[in-house]
Amino acid sequence: MNINRTLPELTQDLQPRTFGLKGTIWTIGLCVVFLAGLVNYFFQLRDGLEITAMTDYVSWGIYISNFVFFVAVSLVGSLISAILKLSNAKWSIPLTRIAEIIAVACIMFAGLIIIVDMGRPDRIYYLFVHGRLQSPIVWDVIVVTTYLAISTLLLYIPLLPDFAILRDKMTGIPKWQHKLYSMLSLGWVGNAKQMRIMHKSIMGLSVIIIPIAFGIHTVTSWLFSTTLRGGWNSTNIGPYFIAGAFMVGAAAVIAVMYVVRRSYKLENYFTDDLFDKMAKLLVLLSLVYFYFNINEYLTPAFKMMEGERDLLESLFMGEFAPMFWTTQIVGMIIPIIVLLFKKGRKPLPLFIISLIVIVGAWFKRYLIVIPTLFYPYLPAIEQDGVPRTIEYAPTFAEWSITFGSLAGALLVITILLRYLPVVGIWEMAEYQGIVKEEE
Amino acid sequence: MENPKNDKSSRRDALKFGLASTVMAALTQVPTSLTAKPKESSGEKVRLLTPDGHLVEVDANDVVKVAWDAKEVATDDNRKRAREGIKGRKWVLVIDLARCKHALACQSSCNKHHHIPGDRQWLNVYTMQDAEHTEPYWMPKTCFHCDKPACVSVCPVDATFKRDDGIVLIDNERCIGCRFCMAACPYSTRVFNWGEPNDPPEVKAQAYDPEKGLPRKKGTVEKCDFCPDMLRNGKLPHCATACPNGVFFFGDQNEDTVTNGAETYRFSDMMKDKAGYRYLEDLGTEPRVYYLPAADRLVPYKESENLPPLRKESGSCGH
Repeated sequence: MNINRTLPELTQDLQPRTFGLKGTIWTIGLCVVFLAGLVNYFFQLRDGLEITAMTDYVSWGIYISNFVFFVAVSLVGSLISAILKLSNAKWSIPLTRIAEIIAVACIMFAGLIIIVDMGRPDRIYYLFVHGRLQSPIVWDVIVVTTYLAISTLLLYIPLLPDFAILRDKMTGIPKWQHKLYSMLSLGWVGNAKQMRIMHKSIMGLSVIIIPIAFGIHTVTSWLFSTTLRGGWNSTNIGPYFIAGAFMVGAAAVIAVMYVVRRSYKLENYFTDDLFDKMAKLLVLLSLVYFYFNINEYLTPAFKMMEGERDLLESLFMGEFAPMFWTTQIVGMIIPIIVLLFKKGRKPLPLFIISLIVIVGAWFKRYLIVIPTLFYPYLPAIEQDGVPRTIEYAPTFAEWSITFGSLAGALLVITILLRYLPVVGIWEMAEYQGIVKEEE
Repeated sequence: MENPKNDKSSRRDALKFGLASTVMAALTQVPTSLTAKPKESSGEKVRLLTPDGHLVEVDANDVVKVAWDAKEVATDDNRKRAREGIKGRKWVLVIDLARCKHALACQSSCNKHHHIPGDRQWLNVYTMQDAEHTEPYWMPKTCFHCDKPACVSVCPVDATFKRDDGIVLIDNERCIGCRFCMAACPYSTRVFNWGEPNDPPEVKAQAYDPEKGLPRKKGTVEKCDFCPDMLRNGKLPHCATACPNGVFFFGDQNEDTVTNGAETYRFSDMMKDKAGYRYLEDLGTEPRVYYLPAADRLVPYKESENLPPLRKESGSCGH
């Protein structure tokens, strides 16, 4: 993947660019959705969680499933910038920046949406003052904040040389932007010692982030599997979550890469070959996820134990069956089949498939979190013992807050893609062996 | 003790509590003020009543307020006491299913005394059927106050806790509203204050007491608490007192005695003679609530239109 560009040319290609009409409309749209979510959150702060459709039976709703979704997507940072990097898959270098941006934005909003779900957000500091290590929620707080910190460093440290390049070479930008780059570059000069420290730090962080990444999603899965509920009571759930996370994360990177390539005209960097490789990676990850799905559903379905039977029947044939089979077939099996064909791995079809995978993954988290709560051991009854139908249809405010969080994450991604080089300039230069020419 | 936000009635309470706390404050503050940094005398004396009944006079400058809100002081005391539990006790409840006639007096008494709004119950009476051809029966269910409580294990902030006397209680001043305990409890015991609670004004005016679970707090969890405020006064929980059929036998396992108010049994004999069991024993939560099987019933189960056997409806029951 040698693209034969000199450093000034690389800088010219990759330096941040102003948005056109489409980009501006997109950004304004995100702002509107985000602000609408914020307004509804203020209503929730005022009136309490009663503005949601949650009840004492369905006590966790789309805030929690959305949280699981955010954590899942954020895992891609570790996949691209750590796992692929350490395994010397050089083709993924142009994707590192995008993957880290997605990771930071998503883990940020994972943390925020979990606060949104709290009945008493004003007491959030109790987690630190009164936190008890035996609760999986405290484990989650620890790993999520650690992952946010390391992901931010993994985004920021490789940006130092780029900030220096933008500070020195980029012209025609507003003063504040120049100042910002200059400030963020921390006086980077790019001598051998600095480069050595940077490489060492990135390498070290890349190693550390893998167990942390596995940690965040495994602990997130334990929020469910440490309870005594049918459907969550599974030892398979950690790897099942991880596999699903890598799959949706890869799809997210592909989707962003496609949009960036189109809008910044970076066909030389995000080549058709790169799409093809990511597609193959997506197939592999989907197959692994498929395998864990069989484990997760086939063995309990074979036994149909009391306490799980009603849930499984509802997923396979009942109330949740349409959503379940759509996510399984359209969101997982069809993508695998399409991507097995070379034509399916071209950028546009791959982009569409990725979007389907992402939407499917969101609803899959809904199916993991919510239906279980419909089937408690003791049947739901009203006062006086009259049977009660358990229902959950998220309210407008709940949807608005959820979409607001999704828009917020996309907004962070958009802003970072607007003001940062979308591909590491120095990384590309180094990859081509032209770092020395600079000095 | 002058809080402009308080209305008149709570202000009166505040005065009552506030006087005591101010006295204590004054008595602890005076020596330190005198030794550490002697203040100028104001010439003005304040008369204060000490806890042991002496009227004393101190200089007005030496009176330092340590607590502004008497309710807060009382709340702190209540919260501390609620964690300590009742010394030397090990509360246990035996529910005799053979006696239950589905009168629901337990539930209405519980709802009344705990001011429970209509959208929830602390005590439920289920219609159960263990298998297709077995006889249905009624099953009252309180919180099981498990010895291995799933809810307590998952609580991130120690808001729900297990006391030495066996009771699992909630401190609503600590609860952050994550609802992990609700997901973890396999018996759907816990309920949540989704909105601003609608307690009656006299309840709202009280200082918060975890042993009553009142006044309710928005965004926090609540549940059956075995009525520790009654137990402290040597009385039975409301459900036990209210039941016309004597279904609820409450007592102290340390004394090996349980009573429904009219009859008293040895707990161990009762378990042995009547084949006591615990609901969903295989979950390993070790409930403190035991059941006696619905054999030789006072009245046979009668199916009403409102209460179809739940086996047919939902399929999740049995032990």
